[in-house]
Amino acid sequence: MWLRFEPRAEPSRLMRYLSPIIAVALMLASGMVLFMLLGKSPMEGFKVFFLNPLKDSYGVAELFLKATPLMLCAVGLAVGFRANVWNIGAEGQLLVGALAGGWLALHFEGSNSPLLLPGMIVAGALGGMLWASIPALLRTRFNANEILTSLMLVYIAELMVSWLVHGPWKDPDGFNFPQTKLFTAKALLPVLMPGTRVNAALFIAIAALIAGWVFMNRSFMGYQMKVAGQAEHASRYAGFSAKRSVWLGMLVGGGMAGIAGISEVAGPIGQITEHISPGYGFAAMIVAFVGRLSPVGIFFASLLMALLYMGGEQAQQYLNLPYSISKVFQGMLLFFLLGSDVFINFRVRLLRRINK
Amino acid sequence: MQTQAPATPRLLIKGARKAYPAVVANDGIDLTVMPGEIHAVLGENGAGKSTLMKIIYGVIRPDEGELHWEGLRVSVANPAQARALGIGMVFQHFSLFETLTVVQNVALALPGKFDLASLATRIEEVSERYGLPVDPRRLVHALSVGERQRVEIIRCLLQNPKLLILDEPTSVLTPQAVRKLFETLRQLAAEGCSILYISHKLDEIQELCHTATVLRGGKVTGTCTPSLETPQTMARMMIGEDLPVCHHGEPEDGGEVRLRIEGLSHATEDPFGTHLKNINLTVRSGEILGIAGVSGNGQQELLKAISGEEPLTDRRAIQICGVPVGRLSPAGRRSLGMCFVPEERLGRGAVPRLTLTENILLTAYRKGMLFAGLIRFGVAKRFAEDCIARFDVKCGGAGSEAKSLSGGNLQKFIVGREIMQNPKVLVLAQPTWGVDVGAASFIRRSLLELRNSGTAILVISEELDELFEICDRLTVIAKGSLSPTIVTSETGVEEIGIWMSGLWPSSEASEGDSHVA
Repeated sequence: MWLRFEPRAEPSRLMRYLSPIIAVALMLASGMVLFMLLGKSPMEGFKVFFLNPLKDSYGVAELFLKATPLMLCAVGLAVGFRANVWNIGAEGQLLVGALAGGWLALHFEGSNSPLLLPGMIVAGALGGMLWASIPALLRTRFNANEILTSLMLVYIAELMVSWLVHGPWKDPDGFNFPQTKLFTAKALLPVLMPGTRVNAALFIAIAALIAGWVFMNRSFMGYQMKVAGQAEHASRYAGFSAKRSVWLGMLVGGGMAGIAGISEVAGPIGQITEHISPGYGFAAMIVAFVGRLSPVGIFFASLLMALLYMGGEQAQQYLNLPYSISKVFQGMLLFFLLGSDVFINFRVRLLRRINK
Repeated sequence: MQTQAPATPRLLIKGARKAYPAVVANDGIDLTVMPGEIHAVLGENGAGKSTLMKIIYGVIRPDEGELHWEGLRVSVANPAQARALGIGMVFQHFSLFETLTVVQNVALALPGKFDLASLATRIEEVSERYGLPVDPRRLVHALSVGERQRVEIIRCLLQNPKLLILDEPTSVLTPQAVRKLFETLRQLAAEGCSILYISHKLDEIQELCHTATVLRGGKVTGTCTPSLETPQTMARMMIGEDLPVCHHGEPEDGGEVRLRIEGLSHATEDPFGTHLKNINLTVRSGEILGIAGVSGNGQQELLKAISGEEPLTDRRAIQICGVPVGRLSPAGRRSLGMCFVPEERLGRGAVPRLTLTENILLTAYRKGMLFAGLIRFGVAKRFAEDCIARFDVKCGGAGSEAKSLSGGNLQKFIVGREIMQNPKVLVLAQPTWGVDVGAASFIRRSLLELRNSGTAILVISEELDELFEICDRLTVIAKGSLSPTIVTSETGVEEIGIWMSGLWPSSEASEGDSHVA
């Protein structure tokens, strides 16, 4: 008996949508095994990790709070990924967006202007776009691989944040903690449900998902980007601009990540610290792929990813497991997704014989 | 012919079967190739020729069947093993690494370590001996189709094969070069090398091959001695019916000039490309102008200049319906009524992983498929379905991916997409390259119909037969210059063949060496 992979005549649509579900199931199963190997009861682990976080309305609100930056980053990245623009630096763009909006909040400290918050959101988007424009320029002008450049810029952005909160932007009355002053009321996103932290950025994220869907599936520009991503020569033959696709893909990704940065610093954090994002920009890539680069999928995948973040916190508190357990789950999810994605284009045949 | 001693066949295949999810590509095929025999494998696209060759070369494994090599049963697991047995193959779709040089590509296929400098010398020797000129130091991506094929042939010859498989080898050669290749092949056969020759050019098979095996629908429909057959009888075995004939009416005089190229000179940035020198031509409404030439003489550069993929500085160098378009983008030129069928189908003329409906949008989006920047998929889908029906594109429907179509069917689809936009000017590059006879003849008839309806058509092709069949006037490109234009009925293959080597009356190109050896 042999197992053989055979290319399918056409990619399986069923597998395309089934694959993320299989990946989640395999992640859960392996998670149970992992809990067992760590000497915990798998059922207890599952309960703490996946059910506890959602046991009250506060938990559900937290889920949406954490899903918000993931949705924003992932939908922006998906626009680029569909065009084969591999922006993997959303984390850095998120940080620079947070810095740009945060600068506005600190500069106009105590301002009562209703324009301050919208201004911060715009500044955040522009900051993220600025950071994303560097790899875009390097790619279009010098053909430098944006995977490398955008990733390297993440570390530059992290160090920039670190320098600012340790240096020029440090709160003079902050007991020498590496953080800025707290933002004042008009520089904070309004909370949607009293007693929780979920804020108005969720609406921005959902609007972004809808706009993203229209752009990717119905607009001619979205189509052109898809062509540019898949066949550069075809796009040149048709007269589409490949450079425009790269720029658009990078800028949309950067802009969305920048807004995600604002959703954090003008949301639950309320200031700039060294730890603005627990890796949302990176996790958003997994979200984008689990969500099949489609806004509907991204919505659900963001909630799942948010749950993994919350489960990690719970596991730390109640199971004495390290916080990095949630990173392990993220990794397993991506791993199983890539594995089951093989079956979109291939199927397995059982062979009883090769030759007669 | 081979003397029929009780010799062991070099290659014997019994009952080869290979089934793909959608189709049985080979269904019980038997094939016998003797040492020193030139054996033709004849069949339409999709008949299973390429699958059979890939089985022999170890690219794919058959589901059933036996393969005997010089009397011993073997199972060829991969091409390296095939090469070790002494099988060399020149693919129709080339298997070269674009970012490497010619000599690096050759070195990759040869066993053991190689000194690139001495290998380059060997390549030059072989290329000299067999009349296959190519510069070993050039990067493959800068080579034309014809040049890439030469590299593939040379790569095989360097390994002194006992069986050489050639898939449609002559489509990119001048008649003189074809003759030279045939000499090479006969010489190889006389030295004892067997040759499997896949072609749809029946006259070539008649001239060259000792035996022919005809395939249709994955099965052997006949074995014949080509010298005893006529092209008509072989065509009947191959497609099961008589070949349709193109009716070529007289061109109408005095059509308006739709495409004018005036003093176009363009230096290419590609260090290995061909500079265009003072190109002048006009194509009138209701005529087909053909440009012949050996590949690598400026066709790609000229095509890119006309399509707009390579922007020019001189606005007036190219005019569509009197409008200077030298600096317009491809999209701008399309909106003036020019359509374009490129040489590469997958990746340029069509996006492999998009559906046919989505591929319609690539160039036909002006035909009412957009509204406020959004796509009207219904309109595009109807257009695609029309195109599939009108041009007899065999596929699973408008939702099939472009890459799932065979070469001939995809070409019909692309040609159809461009024709259905009712172009004022249609430019085609190699419209039937690697396309089976049935599809090729269909495409040619469609072009003649379009011409009769008043479109100005420019065909750039390396297939002389095709140009003579459909063109009203001919010109030749050599070393980036154009020959004078001549009415097709007033010239012949011999004269054009000579012009293709750059020797035409009072031409500049005749002063230097052309790319033809």
